Amino acid sequence: MSHLDLQGLQKSFGANRVVRDFSLSIDKGEFVSLLGPSGCGKTTVLRMVAGFETPDTGAIRLEGRDLIPLRTNARNVGMVFQAYALFPNLTVAQNVGFGLKVAGVPRQETAERVAEMLDLIGLPVGDFGSRYPFQLSGGQQQRVALARALAPRPRVLLLDEPLSALDAKVRVRLRSEIRTIQRHLGITTIFVTHDQEEALSISDRVVVMNAGILEQAGTPFEVYNHPATAFVASFVGTLTPFEARVLESETGLVDVSGRRLRLGRRLPRAAGEALTLALRPEALRLGRPEDEAIQLSGVAREVEFMGSIIRIRAEVGGTPFVLDTFNRPDAPPPAPGEAVDISFSPRDVIVVGA
Amino acid sequence: MTRIAAWTIFLLGCIYFALPLWGMTEFSLRMRRGEYSFDAYASILSNPEFQRTFLFSVTMALVTIVVGVLLVVPTAFWVRLKMPELRPFVEFVTLLPLVIPAIVVVFGYIRLYNTGSWLPLTGTAMGTNALLAMGYVMLALPYMYRAVDTGLRAVDVPTLTEAAQSLGAGWITILGRVILPNVLTAVLSGAFLTFAIVIGEFTMAAILNRPAFGPFMQRLGQDRAYEPTALAVIAFVITWACMGLISLVARTQKHTRAAGR
Repeated sequence: MSHLDLQGLQKSFGANRVVRDFSLSIDKGEFVSLLGPSGCGKTTVLRMVAGFETPDTGAIRLEGRDLIPLRTNARNVGMVFQAYALFPNLTVAQNVGFGLKVAGVPRQETAERVAEMLDLIGLPVGDFGSRYPFQLSGGQQQRVALARALAPRPRVLLLDEPLSALDAKVRVRLRSEIRTIQRHLGITTIFVTHDQEEALSISDRVVVMNAGILEQAGTPFEVYNHPATAFVASFVGTLTPFEARVLESETGLVDVSGRRLRLGRRLPRAAGEALTLALRPEALRLGRPEDEAIQLSGVAREVEFMGSIIRIRAEVGGTPFVLDTFNRPDAPPPAPGEAVDISFSPRDVIVVGA
Repeated sequence: MTRIAAWTIFLLGCIYFALPLWGMTEFSLRMRRGEYSFDAYASILSNPEFQRTFLFSVTMALVTIVVGVLLVVPTAFWVRLKMPELRPFVEFVTLLPLVIPAIVVVFGYIRLYNTGSWLPLTGTAMGTNALLAMGYVMLALPYMYRAVDTGLRAVDVPTLTEAAQSLGAGWITILGRVILPNVLTAVLSGAFLTFAIVIGEFTMAAILNRPAFGPFMQRLGQDRAYEPTALAVIAFVITWACMGLISLVARTQKHTRAAGR
């Protein structure tokens, strides 16, 4: 039996159906990210688990117990908010101990637990315990919010875009810290984000949502490399999609704008049917192909220097391709307008929806 | 030129406000012929009626503040959290005491709660005091509600409430330990304004025939010369002390000072 079970959740606000038939089972200790664009319903799902919203239909079971009749304060679910939501009138130690005080935990035990939590997030109680939230940086405030949510030992931890308000460097460091702490405590966690890099980098499983619908749930590797729908393919990572027509389903022979490509695998469509194929930027290479690679000739339109990676947007027969290549000081990238050879292996072609 | 004009207007303003106060204070010190003294103040402070009426009004002010806070804080919190669309209506209701004269209200009270009514509050002194306190709560409503609502505006009420809920807090804990401390400065501003209003209120107390400070000031003014002006100075000092306390509280609130950075 799964630790947290969401079954057939539906939620509408007026005529707007925000979540549609959402079902998901989460194992104990699993870190699941809900990923999707703004307004896709990911936060609403989280808020239904927290008890801030009541689903129109469906069930939420935690360790087999129905959560829906329970109020938020009786669910023992910890939550971290985008805006930190630290109590401004309380010190760091008082914030972290708030949930324990509410639960009537003895003072000595509360103090020990607060110290333990603050040590866990790297803000020792001796240095930070008596500070007020306004005396902390954004990253420190969010760490305290995490410690506060974890202090009462919740059964599930909910993170509602906790890194969105932070600057890029702090965001990357903190997400790794969150994952380390989550692994250390083994707490079941749902993380809501619209940042695919965040979701892919720290999750056991990524759930991609669009317009209230669960599009795909899988490991980051599965979601990135085998997108189940055209939306997932386009939303997760950068992708060059192109249309093809199946010539032979068994051998994977397709026709792309009059050119025949053999993908070397069975296709999910019958001969004569249309199919969407796609290529990741890292699947494309500059220059002469290997033996089995397919070569295309085009023109570089834009060249973006991104440090270790150089992203080239090239046009091949009217189709824009995005290509990533490692930066090598001895091999400068092509200039915009320059002719380029692009190659890729047929096995790197993604069949969207396969 | 503009600078000189600005200073001139400022000085004229100061004179306009300060001169009557100075005149009044100076007059209150001239009770003893030929020299300045605090005789008028001593006379008032030793007057048992002053002590009795002042104590009554202070007590009424404290009751009004407690009832007002208990009424306004949860209302403003709930409106902001759950019914934001009702804010204009609630604001309109809280502003009504400014446009409905106190005399109309108090006659309405007497008609509704007289000894022949279903709730004969005016039949006993305690009942009349309760009626007066209700009237004061209503009079102070525009100030208390505005102060609390402004305080709540500076706080992310929905998120803090949800954060507290997720940590196991119920409504009373949320109001008492999260919301109220964060709007304490605003509540105290409203409380001090309420105090100042109640201490000087005349109409309701006089018509309900309660031994309040306002009617005492009026009676004293009928047959004395220096004491009423001394009393007016005392009333001003109390009001200013309230104002000073508002700013003092705002300065000493550590987290509020930070929020205002």
